[in-house]
Amino acid sequence: MAEAKQMQVSDEVAISIQKMNKWYGTFHVLRDIDLTVHRGERIVICGPSGSGKSTLIRCINALEEHQKGRIEVDGTVLSSDLKNIDKIRSEVGMCFQHFNLFPHLTILENCTLAPIWVRKTPKKEAEEIAMHFLEKVKIPDQALKYPGQLSGGQQQRVAIARSLCMRPRIMLFDEPTSALDPEMIKEVLDTMIELAEEGMTMICVTHEMGFARQVANRVIFMDEGQIVEQNEPEAFFNHPQSPRTQLFLSQILGH
Amino acid sequence: MSDTHAESVAFVRETALPPTAPPMAASGPVLWARTNLFATWPNAILSIAAAYVIYLILAATLPWMLNGVWTADSLRGCREVLDGTSGACFSVLTERWNQLLFGFNYPSELYWRPTLAFVLLFVAAAPVLFFDLPRKLLIFTGLYPFLAYWLIWGGTIFIPLVALIGVIVGYAVYDRLVKRNFALGFFSGIAAAAVVWWIGGALIEQFAFGAPMMEEIASRNLGGFMLNMMLGVTCVSLSLPIGVALALGRQSSLPVVKMICVVFIEFIRGVPLITLLFVANVMLAYFFPPGSGVDLFLRVVIMITMFSAAYIAEVIRGGLAALPKGQYEAADSLGLDYAQSMRLIILPQALKISIPGIVNIAVGLFKDTTLVSVISLFDIVGMIRGPILASTDWAGVYWELFMFAGGMFFIVCYGISQYSQWLERRLATDHR
Repeated sequence: MAEAKQMQVSDEVAISIQKMNKWYGTFHVLRDIDLTVHRGERIVICGPSGSGKSTLIRCINALEEHQKGRIEVDGTVLSSDLKNIDKIRSEVGMCFQHFNLFPHLTILENCTLAPIWVRKTPKKEAEEIAMHFLEKVKIPDQALKYPGQLSGGQQQRVAIARSLCMRPRIMLFDEPTSALDPEMIKEVLDTMIELAEEGMTMICVTHEMGFARQVANRVIFMDEGQIVEQNEPEAFFNHPQSPRTQLFLSQILGH
Repeated sequence: MSDTHAESVAFVRETALPPTAPPMAASGPVLWARTNLFATWPNAILSIAAAYVIYLILAATLPWMLNGVWTADSLRGCREVLDGTSGACFSVLTERWNQLLFGFNYPSELYWRPTLAFVLLFVAAAPVLFFDLPRKLLIFTGLYPFLAYWLIWGGTIFIPLVALIGVIVGYAVYDRLVKRNFALGFFSGIAAAAVVWWIGGALIEQFAFGAPMMEEIASRNLGGFMLNMMLGVTCVSLSLPIGVALALGRQSSLPVVKMICVVFIEFIRGVPLITLLFVANVMLAYFFPPGSGVDLFLRVVIMITMFSAAYIAEVIRGGLAALPKGQYEAADSLGLDYAQSMRLIILPQALKISIPGIVNIAVGLFKDTTLVSVISLFDIVGMIRGPILASTDWAGVYWELFMFAGGMFFIVCYGISQYSQWLERRLATDHR
């Protein structure tokens, strides 16, 4: 399995972060982050709350601004130039903890909006793409409903489909299952696993350790704004090196 | 749990309970009255007392209204017909009907022009208010302001025509340049429109095109309820987009834009409308180039529009603040630019939240148009207080006239209110 995972990873660099620092006011949230993600790699980031893991992935598509260091996504260096940022954002899909679907639009309109307006795809074609991805996340029959009529798990799958409609080369997941009932977590994770198997480059902030073991090439543990430990999942879970990691794992796997 | 399982803790349901209909609510007028009007002793006493008060009010007003005189030619005439009995003198409404609607200086043979404009207003407003109608109708909505101007004020058709061409040219320039830069497109558009207006104005002056001409009516000859409607419709439709722009400007990350919007809103909100109207009447002329003689109607429109735009901006700011941050982030993360995310994601939701507040302002604005009577414009209240009550024929007919004015405003405001409730239901897609 580990070999199979390794096979899909290419040498091409998808994201490279060097010496990245971020402050909220005087609070130093991210300290000297160095991270290189190759195309096809699946990375799971975990850590206690407030450790900066969400902030880290939100810096990658410039939802948060970093103050020092360099972020390069798909060969584009992130700067304050708006055109640059919009270009990166249209290449990088993102799923949020609270789905953030647009409640005034139908599921189908949620999915076609960005392709039509950003990619200038003709409406008809955009709808075909949207239906393709809605079938993929197994809810094509809900296409004409509004987000408020769907369950949490269905909404999160729509959110994934909405991102996929932009044909992103990288997907970011910010605690996609944290706001869901236990029964719905599985349907969302299944969708994510399917995506991983197709070779999508993914960075997931999640506490689903089963998912991490099954899908990730690398697990990163963060604490106090720093990357404390990273390793392949087997080694990470079975032989954590840092005492902080050991404590964290014993707490979340303890019962 | 059923009896058979009562003694044991372990329980497995073997058959699912079928869903059943809810218990029928008991009905019938007697039962309704018993539960709503006479449920308890105090309740019954209050109901009877309320009924008595309603009876007293109707007993006082109904005979007065039903006994009303509609055909006399003066208050004295009314009194003769009534011969000492109590009754309303509605004759003032029939006799001064045209004055109440059009003012006392609008030529009566031209009443068809504002009336036609009023009827066409509904055609023009329909596709904006009811967005299920075909979008092509919006073309007429775009032409309507120029058409209505020509119908009401008359004069040469080239004035509204040049204004229309200026707007079209300005928009074309804006549309061409906005892709490069919003500010560039915006200001070039305005500049292009201004150039067209300037050249067009000079041409009209030079050659004094007279051919397709209607009799010209000066602004000071407009009046009556027509003036209230004109001010209300113009100011509401102008202040909504300006209010949106101000609300967005107030949230802008550009400090200069933000400061201009904050200062504008805070200043205008801090000043009574009536002061602004006096400014419009007397002082605003100083701000325009000497001799340009900007029309009093236009000056009043500018002031009322600024006033209500500031209020609408604050209402919309409330709607913007009510949106979860996630909506902005989702729009950003999909790669939509600022204009797209505002237009497609943020404003549709923020405006929906703001509907009750905006309608509140619109209704208030419409009624505030009566304030123009203090700067000697003869709107419906100005007509009543001035020419009608001051005439020897109708001095002293207060109730009937002000009831009529109130009724006219009520019809329009109630219509706006009903529309807004329909709109809220129509836009309810969040299924909370």
